[in-house]
Amino acid sequence: MPLVKDDALVADTWTRLDDDAAMIDGPVVISLERWLNERDVLSSRNGPLGIVLTSHETPEQISDDLGRFSLICLEFPRFTDGRAYSHARKLRERFGYTGELRAVGNVLRDQFLFMQRCGFDAFEVADGTALEDWLRATTEISVAYQSAADRRATAMAQRQDSCTAS
Amino acid sequence: MYRYDEFDHTLVAERVTQFRDQVRRRVAGELTEDEFKPLRLMNGLYLQLHAYMLRVAVPYGVLSAHQMRRLAHVARVYDKGYGHFTTRQNIQYNWPKLEEVPDLLEELAEVEMHAIQTSGNCIRNVTADQFAGVAADEIDDPRVYAEIIRQWSTLHPEFSFLPRKFKIAITGAPNDRAAVKVHDIGLRMIRNEADEPGFEVIVGGGQGRTPMIGHVVRGFLPVPDLLTYLDSVLRVYNQLGRRDNLYKARIKILVHETGVDEFTRLVEEEFAAMTRETPQVLPGGELARIRAYFQPPAYRDLGKAAPTLDLALATDSAFAQWHAASVSAHKQTGYAIVTISLKPIGGIPGDASAAEMEAVADLAETFSFSEIRVTHEQNLVLPDVAKEDLYAVWQGLKEAGLATPNVGLVTDIIACPGLDYCNLANARSIPIAQEISERFADLDRQHDIGELKVKISGCINACGHHHVGHIGILGVDKKGVEHYQITLGGDATETAALGDIVGPAFSGDKVTDAVDTVVAVYLDQRQDGERFLETYRRVGLAPFKEKLYAAR
Amino acid sequence: MTASVVTANRLGDGAVVYLAPEGRWTGCLDAALVAQDDATEPLMAMAERGLVDRLVVTPYVIAVEDGPDGRLASHIKERIRATGPTVRLDLGKQAAQTGVTESCHVPL
Repeated sequence: MPLVKDDALVADTWTRLDDDAAMIDGPVVISLERWLNERDVLSSRNGPLGIVLTSHETPEQISDDLGRFSLICLEFPRFTDGRAYSHARKLRERFGYTGELRAVGNVLRDQFLFMQRCGFDAFEVADGTALEDWLRATTEISVAYQSAADRRATAMAQRQDSCTAS
Repeated sequence: MYRYDEFDHTLVAERVTQFRDQVRRRVAGELTEDEFKPLRLMNGLYLQLHAYMLRVAVPYGVLSAHQMRRLAHVARVYDKGYGHFTTRQNIQYNWPKLEEVPDLLEELAEVEMHAIQTSGNCIRNVTADQFAGVAADEIDDPRVYAEIIRQWSTLHPEFSFLPRKFKIAITGAPNDRAAVKVHDIGLRMIRNEADEPGFEVIVGGGQGRTPMIGHVVRGFLPVPDLLTYLDSVLRVYNQLGRRDNLYKARIKILVHETGVDEFTRLVEEEFAAMTRETPQVLPGGELARIRAYFQPPAYRDLGKAAPTLDLALATDSAFAQWHAASVSAHKQTGYAIVTISLKPIGGIPGDASAAEMEAVADLAETFSFSEIRVTHEQNLVLPDVAKEDLYAVWQGLKEAGLATPNVGLVTDIIACPGLDYCNLANARSIPIAQEISERFADLDRQHDIGELKVKISGCINACGHHHVGHIGILGVDKKGVEHYQITLGGDATETAALGDIVGPAFSGDKVTDAVDTVVAVYLDQRQDGERFLETYRRVGLAPFKEKLYAAR
Repeated sequence: MTASVVTANRLGDGAVVYLAPEGRWTGCLDAALVAQDDATEPLMAMAERGLVDRLVVTPYVIAVEDGPDGRLASHIKERIRATGPTVRLDLGKQAAQTGVTESCHVPL
C-alpha cells in the first residue's frame, strides 16, 4: 500500500513479516510478540528494524528498546479506535522517539490532521488515494487550541505573544 | 459574555467549510454512510425517526439576544418553526435537510455559534450552572473556566475518538445547579486554606444504563493546572476505557472496575509525567483576557427598595404566584434572576417556537443586558433583571405565552424527545409529561405540593435524567407496548442520589395515576415544611410502594 | 402468515421511505412492496441498489399488518415513523391527512 510521507506519495520500502516467516535481509517490520520472543537474535541483526503495535499494545512495552527501531507502526483497527493517538504522543513526548511513526490500518483523510498533531509522520493509505485531497486535509483547520506532539503554537500562546508585543 | 477573536472565528469558519466538503463527499459517494456517520455526529447531526436532527451547542448555556434571534431565524428557514432546548443546555432542530446543514452552520458561525462535538465519542459541549456570574452564592464565575474548557476540547487531536462520549460540567457555587456528580468529570469550584480558587475534581459519575455518583479524585486542583489535569484524566480513559462493549465504555465503568484509588493513582502518575512534558499551564494573561468578557454588565446603582415590585406583589396575585416560582436571588442589590418556564400546561417540555424565541430575545434586550441562559432543566433564564422591572417582564412573558408560574414545581417536567422523535427510544416521553402536567394543572395544588422534580426518559440512555428525578420515569418496551418504570428519591444537586425503583413498570395509561398516588402519599406523610425529597428520605420507599401496588 | 416491507431514510432529508416495486422508494407505506412469510432477502437485495445509488440510508425489514384503514406497521416505533410525532399532528407524513404540508408520496 502507498504511503503519504513528507507531502508526497511514496512506495513502502519496508517488508511486513508474519510471525512465522523466515527472517530476511533489508528493512523488516515485525510484531510486538515476535520482538518479545526473539529480542536477542533480532538485536544482533544487521539492517533496519521496524515494529507494529496494535491498539491494545502500549509504548511502555517497548520504551526501553526504542533505539532498536527506526520505524514504529501504530495500528488503527478501526478509525474510531483512538488509542493510538495517545500512544503516538507518548512515544514522541515522553519517550523521545524520533524515528518514523506510521499510522496503519483504517487510516482516513478525515483523521489525518489529528494524527499529524499527535506525532505521526507517515500514513499508510488505500490504493488509489489522491494526494491533493490528503494534503488539503492538513490545512483545513489552521487553529490549534491545544498543545500536542507537533508543538504547533496554540491560539492561547499566540494571544499571549500578541499581548506582550503590543 | 465571551466574544470570538480571530482564532475562534477562523476555526469555526474552517470547520463549516470542512463539513461542507464532507457532506459533498457523502452525496457524491466518496464516503460511505459508515464513514460519514462519525463525521456528521461530531458535528451534531443525527439521523432520527423522521428526519435528520441537528444539535447546536449553546456553550455552558449562555446566549445573547442576537444569537437567540438567529436561532429563531434558523428554526423558520431551515426547520419547521421551532426548536427543542435540551438537558445539556443545547438546542435541537428536528427537520433540517442534509445538504442545507452547511448553510445553516454558516449562519450560526456568523453569530459565533456552532455544532462542534455536540455528539460523537468525544468531549461534548461543557455545561455549567445557569446562574453563573449572577448567583448570590457563587465562589467564582464558572463561565471563565467553561470557556477555557470549550476551547481546549474543540478538535482535540488526541481525544476525538474516545471509547464513548465524555461530558464535563462545572459549578462555581456550593449549591450545585449543574449536576456535577453525575457527569464524566464534574468540577466544583472551591477555595483552599490560602483562599486561592481551585477545583474539586469529581470523576466517574453518570446516568444511562448504569447510573453512578462520581468520586472525588482530587480534593483541590489549582486553577493553572486545570488543562493538564483534564488531559491526564482523558488520556487514562482513552487508553484503558473499554472498547469491547458499548454499554461498558463510559469512564464510570473504568473507575468502577479499576477502583477509585488505583484510578486516581494512574491519573496522578500521568499528570506528573505530562507536567514535565507538555504542561498546559493556564497563563494569567489568558485567564484575565477571558475573565474580562465576563465582567458584570453596567448595573445601575439600585437600592434595596423596590416600590413598583412591592405594589405589584401586593395587588396582583397572579404575578405574585409567578414571582414566587420564577425569581431567584441575584448577587447585585436591586436585581433578580428570572427563570422562564418552557413547560406550559400540557405543552412539550423544552420546545420553543421561533416567535417565542424572539419574544425572549426582545425581553432580554430591554430588561437583561441582552443576555439569556439555557438551563439543564429545559427552561430559559434572564439573568440580570432589575427588581423594579419584574412586573413589566412578567407582562411581556404573559403576552408571549411564557409566564407559566411552575418553575421547580411538579409540572416543570424534564422530558427527552422520546419515541416521538428519537431513534434510540423505547417509549414516548412527551405524552406522559403532557398528561401529568394536565393532571396537576391547578396552581394552588402545585404550590401546595412544593418543589418536586419529575424527570422522564424514553430509554435507558437517560437523556431525561430520570435517575436523579425526585420522581423518575423510564420508558421501556414490553413486547411492543410502552411501559414505564418509576423511581423515587433521585437528586441531581450537591446531595446527589440515584432514585430507587418502586417495582414493576406501569402501562402508559396508568403512569399519571401512579404519580398522583406518589404525591398523595407524600402529602399524607409530610411533616411541617418538608419538601418531597426530605419526606422520602425520612420515610423511605415502603409507604409509596404499598400504595402503588395495593390494588394489584 | 407474516408480512414485511423494507424501510429506510432518504439520504437527502432523512424522510422515511419504503421499498416499492422495481426498486423505487415511496413515502407511502401502502405503496410498499410486501414480502410474505419472511421472504425478505430479495427485497433487501433490491434495497442494496438504493444504497449504492445514494438514495437511502440503512435499509431494514419491518413487520406490517392490515389495519382498518389500510396497511399498518406492527411495532409502535414504525407506526410513529409512518405517520409523524404523536404530539405534533401538524408534522410528518400525517400532516397531509390533517391538511397541512407534506404529501404521503415523496418521489425520489
